[in-house]
Amino acid sequence: MRAFSYERAASPADAAARAAEVPGAKFIAGGTNLLDLMKHEIETPLHLIDVRGTGLNDITATEEGGLRVGAMVSNSTLAANPRVREAYGVLSRALVAGASGQLRNKATTGGNLLQRTRCPYFYDTAMPCNKRSPGAGCAALGKGATTRQLGVIGTSDACIATHPSDMAVALQALDARVETVTPEGETRSLTLDAFYQLPGDTPDVENTLAKGEMITGVVLPAPVEGRHAYFKVRDRSSYAFALVSVALIHAPDGTGRVALGGMAPRPWRRDAADAALPQGAAAVMAELLDGARPTEENAYKLTLAERTLAALLAEE
Amino acid sequence: MDFNQSTDDNLFDHARIVGKPHARIDGALKVTGQAPYAYERHDVAAHQLVGYPLCATIAKGRITHMDATAARAAPGVAAVVTTLDIEPLAQAKSNVARLFGGDTVAHYHQAIAVVVADTLEQARSAAALIEVRYQEEQGVFDLDAAWEQQTPDEPLSDVGDVDAAFKNAAVTLDEVYRTASQSHAMMEPHASIVDWSDGGQMTVWTSNQMIAWTRKALAKTFAIDLETIRLESPYVGGGFGGKLWLRADTVLAALGSRAAGRPVKLALPRPLVFNNATHRSGTVQRLRIAADAEGRITAFDHSAFSHTLPGGSGENPVNQTRAFYAGASRRVAHTAIEMDLPESADMRAPGEASGLAALEIAMDEMAEKLGMDPVEFRILNDTQVDPEDPNKPFSDRHYVECLQKGAADFGWEARNRTPGGQREGQWLIGQGMAGAYRGAPTMDSGARVRLQAGRLVVETDMTDIGTGSYTIIAQTAAEAMGLALEDVEVRLGNSDYPVSSGSGGQFGAASATAGVYAACLKLQEEIAQRLGMNSPRFEQGMVIAGTTEVALAEVADGEELVAEDTIHFGDFKDTLQIGTFAAHFVEVAVHAHTGETRVRRMLAVCDAGRILNPVTARSQVIGGMTMGVGAALMEGLIPDVERGFFVNHDLASYEVAVHADIPEQEVIFLDTTDAASTPLKAKGVGELGICGVAAAVANAIYNATGIRVRDYPITLDRLIDQLPKVS
Repeated sequence: MRAFSYERAASPADAAARAAEVPGAKFIAGGTNLLDLMKHEIETPLHLIDVRGTGLNDITATEEGGLRVGAMVSNSTLAANPRVREAYGVLSRALVAGASGQLRNKATTGGNLLQRTRCPYFYDTAMPCNKRSPGAGCAALGKGATTRQLGVIGTSDACIATHPSDMAVALQALDARVETVTPEGETRSLTLDAFYQLPGDTPDVENTLAKGEMITGVVLPAPVEGRHAYFKVRDRSSYAFALVSVALIHAPDGTGRVALGGMAPRPWRRDAADAALPQGAAAVMAELLDGARPTEENAYKLTLAERTLAALLAEE
Repeated sequence: MDFNQSTDDNLFDHARIVGKPHARIDGALKVTGQAPYAYERHDVAAHQLVGYPLCATIAKGRITHMDATAARAAPGVAAVVTTLDIEPLAQAKSNVARLFGGDTVAHYHQAIAVVVADTLEQARSAAALIEVRYQEEQGVFDLDAAWEQQTPDEPLSDVGDVDAAFKNAAVTLDEVYRTASQSHAMMEPHASIVDWSDGGQMTVWTSNQMIAWTRKALAKTFAIDLETIRLESPYVGGGFGGKLWLRADTVLAALGSRAAGRPVKLALPRPLVFNNATHRSGTVQRLRIAADAEGRITAFDHSAFSHTLPGGSGENPVNQTRAFYAGASRRVAHTAIEMDLPESADMRAPGEASGLAALEIAMDEMAEKLGMDPVEFRILNDTQVDPEDPNKPFSDRHYVECLQKGAADFGWEARNRTPGGQREGQWLIGQGMAGAYRGAPTMDSGARVRLQAGRLVVETDMTDIGTGSYTIIAQTAAEAMGLALEDVEVRLGNSDYPVSSGSGGQFGAASATAGVYAACLKLQEEIAQRLGMNSPRFEQGMVIAGTTEVALAEVADGEELVAEDTIHFGDFKDTLQIGTFAAHFVEVAVHAHTGETRVRRMLAVCDAGRILNPVTARSQVIGGMTMGVGAALMEGLIPDVERGFFVNHDLASYEVAVHADIPEQEVIFLDTTDAASTPLKAKGVGELGICGVAAAVANAIYNATGIRVRDYPITLDRLIDQLPKVS
């Protein structure tokens, strides 16, 4: 771990302004991912701005009938919120499928969106990684590499890592928007597709946040009617990252939305795939996974994603 | 005390304390955080510094350049020792790769420097400042590619006429099975505090299973006098064979201490447990079985391959095949292929766990080919003699009773017999079973007992690696001396104490308790002599002969009485096969859509001689069963076969079973004793518990799905293409 300085910010605007001003600054909230990355020197911030005291701890109703979730709301609190459990079941289920109880108590809504990939080569600083060291190359694309956990779509020749969040997959299905404040005091509201950036030639850039820009919260639109389900498939029963996860919101008329985790560098959803939902899992995946570029080791994920959605649809 | 023949009826056949359930006597210390583990022993030496290792980032080659200037100048740094600073250290027999010194890199994450600083953060940060340049060499890292080109070694045994048996057989099987490399993944990483400040006396507080071996290894490695080394390891947070040997934590802390002139503590960061320390080698095993039409096995042919660094022995999985089942002909061979992956060595049931993982699937497949129940097939092929040497009987073998009792208690008869034929909602349900056989070796073991005003202190360098040694030793001493359990204090894991068996190879419990018994008998003799009594009885704190009774508290007039002895096990044991046996039954649910396997219930029935303490023995067996589920379903070190290292080197990516994976486990111990094993008629259970479990899970998956997977771990991607179609 490199030596760093530390301060506490009192408001989101202050935090953003300071982050733009101090070289090498980074926000820290729950620290459940960042501290590990700092110990391994995968992240080497010179300055940490602790944003837990910025007053973003509430879940409040919006005028549109939705919810605004403060960026500092813990994953445990969000999952247990009665309104979330009742009207946004897919989110509650996705949250409790992630990490462990202790981690969910510390991890925040904003931090969860920004967690880094679990690609094992990203975690070993002796290995070339374009995400960690731009231009270094990608060990995961090497001849003898193991890729069983890695991405099959939305990836690039520079990086095949996935985004590890469960929460973000549910938010994607819910059409949630990410709210931010810039160092200039401007606010922005972004869809997840606008927030997350696919790797292309610059896998080190994972989102469209500007320097210093801080997530202040997530806005859930008014609830969508229908059955909410989240199916996380993994090698053990708990405390493991998804091989594949499926978020499903299924209306009584057969229409609905599908988002996937464990497959891509961001939670993966396409309108055309949603439109195919009345035709069943195979039709959805034909749209959703069109253009997939799996490796020999992770091609099973294509089959698995379809069968997992089929399992959810068959439960009804 | 010499143990030169099977024991007669003795006090343990009428025991008050041995064989009874007692909670761990060290339990309260552990759950209140007061048991001193190596890395937290702040009190044992003042002014401790912290060491942090730097490790090689190539798999094979040479270091051409190291520059530690920046590290030495970094804040808080007291010393840096690089591998180029010293001559190659000598290698103890137990170390296949050199632990430190010189420019050769034999495997990924081999230690190449240690940085000593005031704090962990300073040491870690400074270690990252050391510049290293390498000359890389091509290595061999792919076992699956290597074995096909490898000429097998000569058979370890070749009995009868295997080729004729296969030619004449009514039913034969010929399949290839693969087990994955596995990590011990113990909770407590390798950790040591070493005080070698003046380069003279070396004191080591560590986490190690074998005090005497490791002390000897230190003497050899540093070319110093054994007498200058003291070693303590009173508590070990899991070892599973990974802490049988001297490892880099101790070596680096010692070098750091000598360089800094202060005591140094060092724990291996978690990734180093996987690539710096040892692991169980993966295996490729070709197994052939021949049987007659009635299901009697006529031949086994088992040829296995594992990997090792040059000079090591790999993972030999064929020995159980030599003696588990009847059959006149058998040939077994093991070839340890020299490769350049990190060092493979012993892990819980080394060889046995991997061999039975293959053999017991093969037995299931043979039963199916023969149209026989797998339990009946195993019963039919039981043997009471060593099939390679029919003059050598098993001392005490109740495998058939394990099978019968297990089948009855598990409800085996009621199971579904059609693979893939039992469904609950989206889950396919299946039942499977497997047998287990693990030898019951014993090792000479010493102890000292001190009678202090009616209380007894036991001292032995035996270790408790979470197994319950403290408790069973206290039980043994209390039984022998006629004391209450509370009147015995047990001190373990210290090189000042008599040399014991140590913990490994499931020999610890049987051997160490026998050694303590021997020391107690010595003390009894001394007391009898002192009191002028002839063969007194020791009961309820009293020494009794005829009508004379003297309280133990008063036999020494306030002095301390000390006795020491070692049990020596005689070679009469070589005329017998002494083993432990079990039958495992497992029910699994496999998700019909996703292929996820979840264990629903497990039962083990064990025949392991006298069970010294049913509580701690059960804990050992269910721990083994849990590890067996890991081996079956998720545990596997994944090599990058070009770069030459295990990629999943943390506990997020090397998955072991969690609580939610293990819903229900039951263990039944048969009421057996083995008079040929020890005076207590006891054998080990710690490795028996893992043996056969993986195959029982695999067989249950076959029963659930009709899919036969012969490669471990059985992750869903090995099933998904053969699962029932979904719409």
